[in-house]
Amino acid sequence: MKRFSELIQQLETSNKTNDKIAALVDYFSNADDRDKPYVIAMFTGKKPKRPVNTALLRAWAIERSEIPAWLFAESYSSVGDLSETIALVLPPPALVTDRKLHEWINDLAALTGKPDEQKKEFILNAWNSLDTQQRFIFNKLISGNFRIGVSHKMLVNALAKQSNTDSNKIMHSIMGKWQPDQISYEELIAGAHVNTDNSWPYPFCLAYALEVNPEDLGEESLWQAEWKWDGIRGQIVKRNGELFIWSRGEELVTDQFPELHFLRDELPDGIVLDGEILSVKDGNVQVFSILQQRLNRKTINKSQLNDAPVGFYIYDILEYEAADIRERPMSARREILELVASRFKTKDVAILSPVVQFKTWEELTKIRTKSREMNSEGIMLKRLDSLYHSGRKRGDWWKWKINPYTVDTVMIYAQKGSGRRANFYTDYTFAVRDGEKLITIAKAYSGLTDKEIKEVDAFVKRNAVEKFGPVRTVKPELVFEIAFEGIAESKRHKAGLALRFPRIARWRKDKKAEEINTLDDLRQLLNSTLS
Amino acid sequence: MSLIKFTNKGIYCEQGDFYIDPWQPVNLAVTTHGHADHVKWGNKAYLCHELTRPILNQRLGPDLVIETLPYNKEISINGVKLSLFPAGHVIGSSQIRLEYKGEICVVSGDYKVEYDGISTAFEPVKCHTFVSESTFGLPIYKWQPQNLIFGQIKDWVSDNRDKGKTSVLVAYSLGKAQRLIKNLAEYGEIYVHNSIANLNEGFIRAGVDLPESIRITADLKKETLQQGLVIVPPALAEGKWIKTLQNAATGVCSGWMQVRAGRRWRSADAGFALSDHADWPGLLSAIKATEAETVFVTHGFTATFSKYLNEIGIYSEEVKTQYGIEEEEAAEKPIAEAI
Repeated sequence: MKRFSELIQQLETSNKTNDKIAALVDYFSNADDRDKPYVIAMFTGKKPKRPVNTALLRAWAIERSEIPAWLFAESYSSVGDLSETIALVLPPPALVTDRKLHEWINDLAALTGKPDEQKKEFILNAWNSLDTQQRFIFNKLISGNFRIGVSHKMLVNALAKQSNTDSNKIMHSIMGKWQPDQISYEELIAGAHVNTDNSWPYPFCLAYALEVNPEDLGEESLWQAEWKWDGIRGQIVKRNGELFIWSRGEELVTDQFPELHFLRDELPDGIVLDGEILSVKDGNVQVFSILQQRLNRKTINKSQLNDAPVGFYIYDILEYEAADIRERPMSARREILELVASRFKTKDVAILSPVVQFKTWEELTKIRTKSREMNSEGIMLKRLDSLYHSGRKRGDWWKWKINPYTVDTVMIYAQKGSGRRANFYTDYTFAVRDGEKLITIAKAYSGLTDKEIKEVDAFVKRNAVEKFGPVRTVKPELVFEIAFEGIAESKRHKAGLALRFPRIARWRKDKKAEEINTLDDLRQLLNSTLS
Repeated sequence: MSLIKFTNKGIYCEQGDFYIDPWQPVNLAVTTHGHADHVKWGNKAYLCHELTRPILNQRLGPDLVIETLPYNKEISINGVKLSLFPAGHVIGSSQIRLEYKGEICVVSGDYKVEYDGISTAFEPVKCHTFVSESTFGLPIYKWQPQNLIFGQIKDWVSDNRDKGKTSVLVAYSLGKAQRLIKNLAEYGEIYVHNSIANLNEGFIRAGVDLPESIRITADLKKETLQQGLVIVPPALAEGKWIKTLQNAATGVCSGWMQVRAGRRWRSADAGFALSDHADWPGLLSAIKATEAETVFVTHGFTATFSKYLNEIGIYSEEVKTQYGIEEEEAAEKPIAEAI
């Protein structure tokens, strides 16, 4: 437990990814082997059943620390975390223990169903033998809510580095079915419980943004144009009877999209497809915000399946008949792809991303202006003779996005930045007008030059009205044009809607606060994208 | 009639016609200690402990009218007997004991009960009325013994050295900085910011047994600091100067580091819950030792702490003062920009 406690402390005291990965690598190199699978389970959200409820824990902590309940409540509101409050209010431990993390977890699991008196005795004894930091962790083990800023990806990268194993293999392995008490760390890393060779994805081929006129790309006939879809880039792998869906974040998302599981039966073995996971209803691509309802969920209910049905728009084929075909020209790959897609018995779910036909660049420029109507972000241009590259390579693939939406807003809050910009107010919150009121609509960090940042900083320092911790309320005077990629309904935001990828397009020194957009303007835009 | 009154200028003793730690200019300011929220510029005269004099001269100017006292020596002002007792908060910090017609009142300013190795150890004083702080007046604040915390700091510094990093400790120039120097001196050279060096010189001239530290000057090569130990005040912790240090790790020394949210908020690489204020058990034991009938709580978690005292049978009231507001911030700012 001590070693794990140190790990948590290291993870909490740095906000640099590299430091965190180094701490994780160090932990997985030195910790007790039996603890390691439990830590992986914990960090990937495999939660054991909660053996003791919160009300009891709280009551026992109050009793043991001999303070009135109201004082405990005051302390809790100051700390903001129940596990930590309990750890801090208890008297110092009288005993010591070198019990291992996995022993604590198993002991806690064994408490389930036991009478309260027995649970109490165990918990009080544990509290009395652990220091504050370890007590905090112990309390977190009970609640199972361990949020300490370690993403899935970060853990996978650390494990890959520690074990010198490919990160995709690790990802597949830890996403599989396993129990921490029945598998060793080595087995888990080696993927003994799964066949990691089956899932193996390829690196995605990525495109740069087109910064020149399409005319500069040369002969039209050398290029293929497609819509640029705004969904989740994905790779579908079918090998030896197993189906895997990878997202571009190199995460396995197979279980999240049951609509695509028919491909297990309908795709031949030894095939890898590249495409976009989109929400598609009645043959039309939906806006990203609808797809969003389907993301990062452990379970999916009927209404979600109904409201946001998922489809896969196929761009490319990377493996066919168990052979890597990325070195063949795109036109040849496309022919194979068309053949594969034509054999699907299930129609309209996994379809070829349509090729946009055009004769001249001028014609394509015109077609591109219709992108929004199809809920597309613009046009993709791919050279017909291009290979499927690993990662980003200039020249063969271009994304030619349409201009973003914009809205004129006024700045109402400012906060100091971090790192290089820690001394300046660089993080702003913007509002639009809603009748007499101003209502916040977006927060943005970037988009200004250093010179502009200094100017805004000086304004904030002179015009701060109120102070809430690090946040300053400022006189609503500076108007900024905010660019964004999409708009969605949101219950979490006061405005009832949220902007996607908001950033500062420019500082409108020419405009006054009276001239900014209204909430109604944005609502109208929202309705037009949904219809 | 009560010996002290809480007025809009500060704590007033009418019988003696003087103020304790006033925040507006008065004729005579009896001063508990040299932190900026307890002593302001502009009073006609100051009365404080002899070790607080160099602090006032350093911070408020050389031409002040200052009268000093050692601890435990009684004088009389307009018939009110006044004496100073160590508060253990920072060097020179004093509890002000007032006695008039058998009525005793003690104003403690800021205090801590654990001896820190450099400020004269806190001494409980029996009284009828006690004026207390409650900066850390919640039961979540229970300090570890300081030898353990210094052990952690030393481990951290040596770990940084192993990794080729410079250790930057963030601590108040008055109090925490001297405490760190005293306890870490044998651990190698310590480089300090101007504001700390200035105070240290004053203390050494006044006879305080303070180990040497090196002032960081503009011509000091950054490489000299490499893998070393540096102490800077909080106002500099996020400043430009720290950023110019190659490979620095910052460690904040403050009672607020007891709570994870406090550690995260400061975005430091490490937090050490080392405080110059009494923790929860410290506040309670100090107050009980005074045997006071009435306790006024001036700053910190005043409402909560006062309510708790009443529940355990000690009559208490919270009073509004200007203490504890952004301690030292005012004093550090101009110096911070000078570097």
